[in-house]
Amino acid sequence: MGAHTAEQPAPVTDLSVPTRTGLLIIGASQSGVQLAVSLRALGFDEHITLLGDEDHRPYQRPALSKEFLQGTVESESLIFRSNEYWAEHNVDLVKGEYIVRIDKEADGSGVAHSSSGKQFPFKRLALTVGARARKLEIEGGDLDGVLYLRNADDALALKARVGDAQDVVVIGGGFIGLEAASSLQKMGKNVTVLEFGPRLVGRAVGEETAEYFLQAHRSRGLDIRLNTSARRFTGADGGTSVAAVELQDGTVLPAQIVLVGIGVIPNTQLAEQLGLTVDNGIVVDRFALASDGTTVAIGDCANMPNPVPGSEPGERIRLESVNNAIEHAKVAAYSLTGRREEYAGIPWFWSNQADLKLQIAGLCNGYDRTVLRRDEERGKFSVLYYRQGQVIAADCVNAPLDFMAVKNALAKGQNIPADAAADPATPLKTITTDS
Amino acid sequence: MPTVHFTDAAGAVRDVQGNPGDSVMETAVRNGVPGIVAECGGSLSCATCHVFVREDCLAQLPPMEDMEDEMLYGTAVDREDNSRLSCQLRLTDELELFVTTPETQV
Repeated sequence: MGAHTAEQPAPVTDLSVPTRTGLLIIGASQSGVQLAVSLRALGFDEHITLLGDEDHRPYQRPALSKEFLQGTVESESLIFRSNEYWAEHNVDLVKGEYIVRIDKEADGSGVAHSSSGKQFPFKRLALTVGARARKLEIEGGDLDGVLYLRNADDALALKARVGDAQDVVVIGGGFIGLEAASSLQKMGKNVTVLEFGPRLVGRAVGEETAEYFLQAHRSRGLDIRLNTSARRFTGADGGTSVAAVELQDGTVLPAQIVLVGIGVIPNTQLAEQLGLTVDNGIVVDRFALASDGTTVAIGDCANMPNPVPGSEPGERIRLESVNNAIEHAKVAAYSLTGRREEYAGIPWFWSNQADLKLQIAGLCNGYDRTVLRRDEERGKFSVLYYRQGQVIAADCVNAPLDFMAVKNALAKGQNIPADAAADPATPLKTITTDS
Repeated sequence: MPTVHFTDAAGAVRDVQGNPGDSVMETAVRNGVPGIVAECGGSLSCATCHVFVREDCLAQLPPMEDMEDEMLYGTAVDREDNSRLSCQLRLTDELELFVTTPETQV
């Protein structure tokens, strides 16, 4: 680009090109929002652009399969921050722009290009691009009424169809599938859940918890079929709307709605285009920095060193949770302000299904012993996981005291001796020891 | 319009006007009141929206349910007799509520 001389006409200002931003955050969901908020709390004073591809202000997702679907919360109450908040904190919120390409310099600066032709120059880049729903590629998968549940538009589409539907088939017995199935059942629908695997909730919980949920949901009237998969979806009389699900064994289930919840795929397209290392997510170091050493990547899209104390050296993990989006964003905020702070806190998860409140503390990978605490009368159930005598995680159903006790013990590096924990009448807090 | 007066652990006061029907937690989060984290967004799963309610305001509030009571045993700063989870406190038309946020929520 040559220097302008006096003889040349002044360049036409392109109003569609925003001014250079200090930090461009691509992805305006939980982790992107938290990154902006944490940066301001740390005194980061560069301009921030928080850019999302949806036409909604940033909102919380967990309620989409529960309270929002059932109509017990309004969409407005899912909004993270008021418009005034963003204005006061010098954060530009950009909605409905999908970034397709990024040109980046070695110093971390560059320009992001959106599908609508806009350019977003930046000094520093954060990828908080999340994950997308895994598609079920079978015959009839593109029929009207075959739905996914990942974002607000998905939830609105589902909500719009619920009124006319009597029969719903949910494909996938993971958290999203079971949460939505419980919600839809509560709304009076006839719901069948098809799970391809031999048990519910895959590897997210242990065997005992999966079995507990299976029995609990069945006793509440949910039709759950394990080791079952769909062969195809069919429309009524050649119509474009789904009418039935045909199973591998030939069984045909009527369905005016099919909801597919079979996991997610991390969004790594931009990272790949940038030449960043990608392996089940964007590979980052302990400080949330990608392989170029300048871009941060956090939340569902990032593959990071396992932050849990005592995990195997070199072990990597990609976590899909609100808690991880928040904690990982804090790590990235420190990195962007020149500090080096590692992930603090113990990963935790929750899933509300009907009247079952599941809270998970820690990660149960590699356990060698479980201790069951069950109070049938009060509907409480917990499983504690141990590795070489040390508690490493717990699944707790309607048992917040157990959950809190384990979460706090893990955070403080304490232990809860297994033998003493086996008595469900003993509060875990009272037997926690410094290990 | 309902008003919530948030005092932080250091004594700084912030007055926030909210909408009837919203929770105290939502009102705080939307306006970026420090001292309220609310990881779980109000689904009674995280105990990070703990507040201490000024004694003379307690009677205006809905009674505590068992789940809130149990969750309060897991707050980062120990509960007191006037502890509540702010996600369970709904604003009503003329409510004027004084709460103090704990030193930390996590």
